[in-house]
Amino acid sequence: MLLFLLRRIGVMLVTALCLTFVVFYLTNFPAKLETLAKTQAGSRMTDAEVESWLARNGYGGPLLVRYGEWLGVLPGWVVQDPDGTLGGRCIAREGSEAAAGNRCGLLQGYWGTSTRFRAPVADVISARLGATGWLMLWVLIVMVPMALIVGVLAGMREGSRTDRTLSTFAIATTATPEYVSGVLFIALLASSTVGLSPLLVNWGVIDGPVLFQGNARSALEQITFWNFTLPVMTIALYGMGYVARITRASMTEVMTQQYVRTARLKGVSFANIVLKHALRNALIAPFTVIMLQIPWLLNGVVIVEVLFSYPGFGWTLYEAAVNNDIELLLAASVVAVVVVLVTQLISDIGYVWLNPRIRIS
Amino acid sequence: MEPIGWFEIIGRVAWQLLPVWAALVLTFALSLRLKRRLGLYGKLFDSNIGMIGFGIVMFWVFTALFADWIITHDPLAQVSRMRNAVPGTPLPDAAGRYEYFLLGGDALARDVFSRAVAGAREVLRIAPLAAMISFMIGITLGLPAGYFAGKLDTALTFLANLVLAFPVILLFFLLVAPEIQNTLIPRVMAGVLFLVPVVFVTVLLNARLFTQPAKRNLYVGLVLVVGLWAYSGLAFNADPLGFWGMTPNLLNVFVAVVFVNAPTVFRIVRGITLDIKTRDYVAAAQTRGEGPWYIMLWEILPNARGPLIVDFCLRIGYTTILLGTLGFFGLGVTPESPDWGSTINAGRRLLTVYPHPALVPALSLMSLVLGLNLLADGLREESLKD
Repeated sequence: MLLFLLRRIGVMLVTALCLTFVVFYLTNFPAKLETLAKTQAGSRMTDAEVESWLARNGYGGPLLVRYGEWLGVLPGWVVQDPDGTLGGRCIAREGSEAAAGNRCGLLQGYWGTSTRFRAPVADVISARLGATGWLMLWVLIVMVPMALIVGVLAGMREGSRTDRTLSTFAIATTATPEYVSGVLFIALLASSTVGLSPLLVNWGVIDGPVLFQGNARSALEQITFWNFTLPVMTIALYGMGYVARITRASMTEVMTQQYVRTARLKGVSFANIVLKHALRNALIAPFTVIMLQIPWLLNGVVIVEVLFSYPGFGWTLYEAAVNNDIELLLAASVVAVVVVLVTQLISDIGYVWLNPRIRIS
Repeated sequence: MEPIGWFEIIGRVAWQLLPVWAALVLTFALSLRLKRRLGLYGKLFDSNIGMIGFGIVMFWVFTALFADWIITHDPLAQVSRMRNAVPGTPLPDAAGRYEYFLLGGDALARDVFSRAVAGAREVLRIAPLAAMISFMIGITLGLPAGYFAGKLDTALTFLANLVLAFPVILLFFLLVAPEIQNTLIPRVMAGVLFLVPVVFVTVLLNARLFTQPAKRNLYVGLVLVVGLWAYSGLAFNADPLGFWGMTPNLLNVFVAVVFVNAPTVFRIVRGITLDIKTRDYVAAAQTRGEGPWYIMLWEILPNARGPLIVDFCLRIGYTTILLGTLGFFGLGVTPESPDWGSTINAGRRLLTVYPHPALVPALSLMSLVLGLNLLADGLREESLKD
């Protein structure tokens, strides 16, 4: 087990290294650097001015060297301005010229500065991740029980009417990407002119102009039922269908097993069979799928945070990508890649740990 | 003129879609009559879910095919004073054009109905083709990985996992950017990705026909001529006859979507191959002395077709969703493009006041993907029966 873990972590590190290099390469593309220079220092720069701006801000060196600087295995760049003051990657961090020639990168805990938000990347990312953490927490609280209940109910009597209805519902949710369900929800529940809200206002059921809020920015200060339901439901619905279908498949398989038939022949009640005999075995597969689903939720998080203007991690990723904020984008991709790899690891370990047949042998 | 009510709107939309209904009725009548002779496709008509799914999918396919007859206005033309018009609003000055905006106008005073129909064509032009190329790549790499195992398998699996560990949306932001479009990256990727289908078909035919050189030379030669002709046009935009071609925009989107999909297909094919290669008929073929590629392509692949066909339907749906995502973020599409994703994105700014410009493409996209998923479900059910 320890060897397995060590090997997995080794592969994880290599993967993370490859992926960050790809991101680094694509964000540091000459054409993209030119765009960055022009957005930062004025759009009417000549090519020579762009060159000198890039050199002054540490984008001049060879790609591999700069990647090493970013990682923190090579000393950070240092540039002498015409007026004699030294500028550099580590000088900007420490605030003194004594830091010239130091290494400062990921390994030293320095993530760089965001050109879009004009703040240290570490601060931006940690604050945004907190906001997204709440969103994900609620998504999981809503999604997991709903998916498991739908899957178990559908799978315990294969081919019944409940099964048909719930399976079709699960298929429908997987066919509704976030940007569709979000738009439907807003039009239906969060619009003051159409949908449900004007009716409810007419009947005097609600005080405000709309039932739910289509903008989740206020959830940063305080999460309420009214400002958080729509974003949470939008992500949870799309992720739910897949988990529910896996649960259903695993439940139907368990229900045909010998031990379930034996229990039934012994005269155990149907509820007892489902709850005591089938459920535990049926939940192994969904567990791994739920863990693997978390990285997929990241897609939804970006779409939903942009759609509902909730400034979390996904929104930051979007802003960083649109503005070619290199260091922020790199940090965001490191976080995203780590999330993917860690959830994969947990799902593997969980599969072994939950499955007595593998665990004991 | 008075605005028309919902009944008349539905009636007029149905009338515009007349060619689609006719084609649908014809397809279903023929298929139901001949269903015992049509194999898996015929069996699809035994399952209600599969039939509904197939109906929805064919509805959109025919809509895309007959789009030119169906649309009531030019999807890019702006009509003055029709900005954000509600569904059924008459044109102030029709002058030979269709008198109404059946499903309203968008923020730039274009006809929502015509744009949704034109959007179907945009989506169905890319999604099935991208899914098909992803499948060919996945199969070409997945079969040897599963069959030979060993170092090749380790290397390919590591590469596939590498791509899969990349958050899709981040990849799109990085890869489908205007700055990348004009560089070599998409061209090189297209050069590699589009070569695989040609190689796939060549190897497929060669493995079967190499004992009959005359026939082999004819077929393989034909495939190579057509394949390389299409390849030169699609990947490098260098088709001497100008028949095949893609704008850099489209190529970029295409490459990104294929790149995201292929590793998943690879993993599925590899898994199935690992399972099937232990069967007796594979051992029999090995004893007969068949070559590895013959066994992979003519013994293993046909026996893996059930799950692959099902996944193919799901993958077209997923590709549609990915294309919508790209459009939603305005990546790789021209600003005027009527594709569903960017229309939803354009409509969301005024969503709470005028929901119809965003709702129509949203529901269209949802129904197409739903149809594909139902179709896949029906196929799965029917293929499990035998």
